[in-house]
Amino acid sequence: MKLTLRVWRQRRPEDKGAMVEYELDDISPDASFLEMLDVLNEKLIASGEDPVAFDHDCREGICGMCSLVINGTPHGPERATTTCQLHMRKFKDREVIDVEPWRAAAFPVVKDLVVDRSAFDRIIQAGGYITAPTGTAPEAHATPVPKPDADQAFEAAECIGCGACVAACPNGSAALFLGAKVTHLGLMPQGQPERWDRVVSMLDTHDAEGFGGCTNTGECTAACPKGIPLDVIGRLNHDYLKATAGGRKR
Amino acid sequence: MAVTGGVLVLYLVAHMVGNLKIFLGAEDFNHYAEWLRTMGEPAVPRRTVLTLIEVVLGVSVVLHMWSAVSLARRASAARPVKYQSKKKSHAQGYAARTMRYGGVIIAVYVVWHLLDLTFFVVNPKGSDATPYERMVADFDPSRWYITVWYVVALVLVGLHLNHGIWSAFQTLGLRTPRRERALRGLAGTVAALVTLGFVSVPLSITFGWVS
Repeated sequence: MKLTLRVWRQRRPEDKGAMVEYELDDISPDASFLEMLDVLNEKLIASGEDPVAFDHDCREGICGMCSLVINGTPHGPERATTTCQLHMRKFKDREVIDVEPWRAAAFPVVKDLVVDRSAFDRIIQAGGYITAPTGTAPEAHATPVPKPDADQAFEAAECIGCGACVAACPNGSAALFLGAKVTHLGLMPQGQPERWDRVVSMLDTHDAEGFGGCTNTGECTAACPKGIPLDVIGRLNHDYLKATAGGRKR
Repeated sequence: MAVTGGVLVLYLVAHMVGNLKIFLGAEDFNHYAEWLRTMGEPAVPRRTVLTLIEVVLGVSVVLHMWSAVSLARRASAARPVKYQSKKKSHAQGYAARTMRYGGVIIAVYVVWHLLDLTFFVVNPKGSDATPYERMVADFDPSRWYITVWYVVALVLVGLHLNHGIWSAFQTLGLRTPRRERALRGLAGTVAALVTLGFVSVPLSITFGWVS
């Protein structure tokens, strides 16, 4: 395949950055999107240029490291698929492909396509945990969980924290990520002790990190590589109102 | 957004139902307009209830716009650097994408509507005419562009409600997967009924079915 790539290049966080065009030839339609970028980088290194920096790790769609807004869509054109699992056969020969980093104030660009997503880590630190004795961890099967709750919690727990929801949201909100964590932990018996404090402190941290407010546009769930449903945001709002207006928070 | 929007939706439904009185004739319509002012009498003086409604509406509109403006400001602060390629929308729902600019158009329309039929500034008839005469003169076939303007604005109101009603339930944490279909249906039905009810009046006058 012959391709024209327009890639966001930015040397340092404080630089302005710009789109740079690259021509690629002989790309296998069976290559993944990241393998295609590997080919580009080999070419750049061979010609003495700085390779394009991009995030990746497991390359099997479960770690949440890969990102990239491809032709205006986080994780590219294929639904419920991470960039690393996206293959070049989904593109046309001679297509011009725009590759950009996640855009959000809370996700500053480190270099090229790499953004700093530690804002998510701080949201998790604010409440994405349960109280459990470590060392003498209790037997998991000792606590029965109703099957529908377990299924719904598992669906929310599929969130890999990649940040595509923020990248897709016209408001730059991380409500889907928040909702996934609050739903996942709040549905399980083990998550009950912190349930009401968790939702408030995670949401406060979310706002303090500079993410926008949710207006229920649904762009997040459409971009989510794990297909986390909007239901989790409904549950987030429900728990937040009950914790604050309902006075459940301590 | 959800609470103030809810107040405004309830008002719109009542306003729309009241407008339909025009199909019962001039006397019924004018009598209804007079009743709006004498509501609550003699327990309370003339126009007390109506003024209260106006105050609640005014406060709701201001708070609704204030929420919208703060959300839009937060959104632009949350993404200071825009995307280079055109951002594609993948969510279903044209209505959701019209909320912001649609809301602004609706606000402009409401100002026009008040100048037209509350303060009679842009109405062909003045305050010595009856409400029925003002309506009929306003949407006269020769003033077809006014009717078009009303219909366009009311279709935007319908789109606004179609997303807004559903969205309000989601914001208040009342939307669950089991209620999804019912809530989408409720939002669509209320939006369609309100829009059809409202546009039926100017259209009927312009086409001469009511005169």
